[in-house]
Amino acid sequence: MSIAVDIRDAVKSYGPVTALHGVSLAIADNEFFTLLGPSGCGKTTLLRLIAGFETITSGEIRLFGQDIARLEPNHRPVNTVFQNYALFPHLTVLENVAFGLKMQGVDAATRHARAGKMLEMVHLSQFADRMPAQLSGGQQQRVALARALAPAPKVLLLDEPLSALDLKLRQAMRVELKQLQEDTGITFVFVTHDQEEALTMSDRIAVMSNGRVQQTGTARDIYEAPVNRFVADFIGETNLLQVDVDSVSEGRATLTLPGGHRITCPSASTTTGKHHLSIRPERLTISPEADLTATVDRVVYLGTDLQVIAHLEGGQPITLRLQNAARTTPPDPGQRIGLHLEEGAARLLAD
Amino acid sequence: MAGPGNIPPSASDTGYRSLIGPLLLPTWAVIGIFMVLPVLLMAVYSFLTKEFRGGVIWDFTLAAYDQFFVTRGLFGDEPAQIEWTYINIFWRSIWQAGLATILCLLIGFPTAWFIATRPAQTRGLWLFLITIPYWVNLLIRTVSLKFLIRDNGPLNESLMAIGLIDGPLPLVNTNLAVQLGLFYSYLPFMVLPIYAAVERYNFALSEAAADLYASRWATLREIVLPVVKPGIIAGCILVFVPSLGAFLAPDLLGGAKTFMIGSLIDEQFKGSQGDWPFGAAVAMILMTLVLIVLLLYARAQTRGATR
Repeated sequence: MSIAVDIRDAVKSYGPVTALHGVSLAIADNEFFTLLGPSGCGKTTLLRLIAGFETITSGEIRLFGQDIARLEPNHRPVNTVFQNYALFPHLTVLENVAFGLKMQGVDAATRHARAGKMLEMVHLSQFADRMPAQLSGGQQQRVALARALAPAPKVLLLDEPLSALDLKLRQAMRVELKQLQEDTGITFVFVTHDQEEALTMSDRIAVMSNGRVQQTGTARDIYEAPVNRFVADFIGETNLLQVDVDSVSEGRATLTLPGGHRITCPSASTTTGKHHLSIRPERLTISPEADLTATVDRVVYLGTDLQVIAHLEGGQPITLRLQNAARTTPPDPGQRIGLHLEEGAARLLAD
Repeated sequence: MAGPGNIPPSASDTGYRSLIGPLLLPTWAVIGIFMVLPVLLMAVYSFLTKEFRGGVIWDFTLAAYDQFFVTRGLFGDEPAQIEWTYINIFWRSIWQAGLATILCLLIGFPTAWFIATRPAQTRGLWLFLITIPYWVNLLIRTVSLKFLIRDNGPLNESLMAIGLIDGPLPLVNTNLAVQLGLFYSYLPFMVLPIYAAVERYNFALSEAAADLYASRWATLREIVLPVVKPGIIAGCILVFVPSLGAFLAPDLLGGAKTFMIGSLIDEQFKGSQGDWPFGAAVAMILMTLVLIVLLLYARAQTRGATR
C-alpha cells in the first residue's frame, strides 16, 4: 500500500510559541485517518499545514512522494471541508460545488454535470439552485463535502466538520462519511476532539497533545493498549492507579498493587519505580478471587450499565462498570468487595 | 396568524405603540421643515417667472426648463434647437464625479482592506486617523489645498528645489486640481462603507477559494469583490452623488473650463445676476438624475437578493 501523506519532523512556530514539535506521520492511501486531541493540541495546525494555509517552520510534507511543503494552497491536490463550511454566500449550491472545477479551467457544461453528480451523491439534487443561506446546517455541511470532493482530490481534509451539527445528525453523518470514504476511495484526514467520532469512523487514529503525536494506531490499539497516561485518560474512561514496579522485561512488568498483591501485566514503560497502571472499568469483575480489595461508595444506575464507585485501602479511588444484566446484583454502599483483574485488563503506562 | 414567532401584543405593548406617533413628532417636524419643504419650494420655484435682481414672480411658466434644454438663437427669433451649454456642463460634471469615484475606489478599497485586517484593538485608531481632517471645515481644507498646489506653493517649490522640474506645474484651475479636491473631500465616504463590509468578511472564504485552486487574483475577483460588493456600491454612491453637486472644489480649485453643476446652481442664487427659477430647475434636473441612478441601483439589488 502506498503512502498518501508523509509528514516528517513537521515543526510549526508562531514567534516564541511552538504549535507542533516535530510531528512525523505516514498516512496510507485509501485510509480514513483521524487526528484526535483536545483543543490546542496542534491537530488543526497540522491539517492547515497539509492544506497549505500555514507555512511549515521546518520539516517535510510529501503527497504521494511529491514535496508540497512550499506550495501555495491552490497548487496542492488536496481539498478541505471547513469547520463552519465556508460556503460562498453569493453563489448557488451548484456554483459552489462547481467552483473548484471552474478554477481548474473545466468548461461550464462538464463542471455543472460533475457538480450535479456530486449533489446527487450527497442527496441534495433538488437544492442545486438554492443559495447556501437557504439551507439547514446539515445540508450546508453536505454541500461543503460535495464541493471539496468535486475536483476529485487525492486527499480530503476535514476540519471538525460535524462539530456544528446536533447529536442525531452528527451520528447519521458519521455513517455517511465513512460510507463516502469507502465509495470514493479517497484518503480522508479527519480532525476531531470527539473520541467517539474518532473511534467509530477511523481506520487509524493519531492521538495528539501539546503539539506532539502521543500514539498512532487502530481504535482497538489505542483503547486497549494506550502507551501513556494521556492517551489512556483521553480515550474512554479509565482507572489510573499508582503502583510500584518491581521489574520489567520484554514488554511485561511485575508490580505490586495497592494492598500488596503482585501481578504481571503488559507494560509500555521500561523503568521500575512508581508508575501508573491503567485499568478499564468494564474489565474489572467482582470476585472472591481478589487482586484488589475495595469499599463501595456509591452505585450509579446508567441504564445499560451500573457504575460502582469505590475506594481501595489507602484511599485511591476506583470505578467499575457492571453490565445491567438480569442476574447482576449490585453491591451496597459500604460493602467490601474483592476485585479481580482479567488477563489483559491492566496495563502499565509510560508517563 | 398565530405562529411561534408571532406573540400577540400585550396591553403594555399596545400602550407603548400608541406612544410611538407622538414621540416621532419632532423627527417628522425636522425632516418636514428642513428637508421636504425646501425641496418642494425649489420644485415650485422652478416653474415661476424670474424677477430681476433675484427673487420670483408668482407667474407659472416652463421658461426655466425651456432655457435649460432649448435655444432659439441670441435674439430668440430662430427655430428652436437643443441648447448644449448646460447639457455639456452636466456631462462634464458626471464625468468628473465618475472619475473622482473611481479614484476614491482605487485608493479607498486597499485602505479599507488594510484597516479591516489590522488587529481589532488598533482598527479604531486607524479609523480615527481617517476622520481627523474632517474636524476642519471643508472650505478651509479646500483653500489649504489650493495653497499647497499653487505655482509658488510648497509642492511646486519642493519639486523645483530637488530639481525634478524646472518651472512650476500649472495645477490650479485644471481638471486635475478639481479631481484632487473631490478625491480629498470624499475619500472617507468610500473607505468607511467598504471597511464595514470587509470587516464582516469571513476570511475562511478566501482560504476555501485557494483550497479550490483559485489564484490570489481569482479569489479577489470571484469571491472577495462579489461578497463585499454592497459596501463598494454604497461607497460609490456616497462619493458620486455629492461629487456631482460639489461646488467648493470646482469653484476654488478649477477655472472657467472646469465649471460644474454645483457652481452653475450657486451662481443663480448669488447677487443681481441671479435667476432663481433657472437655478431651481437645474437643481431639480440634477435631483432627478441622481434619483434615477439610485432607483436603478435599488432594482439591481432586489434582483440580486431574489435570485
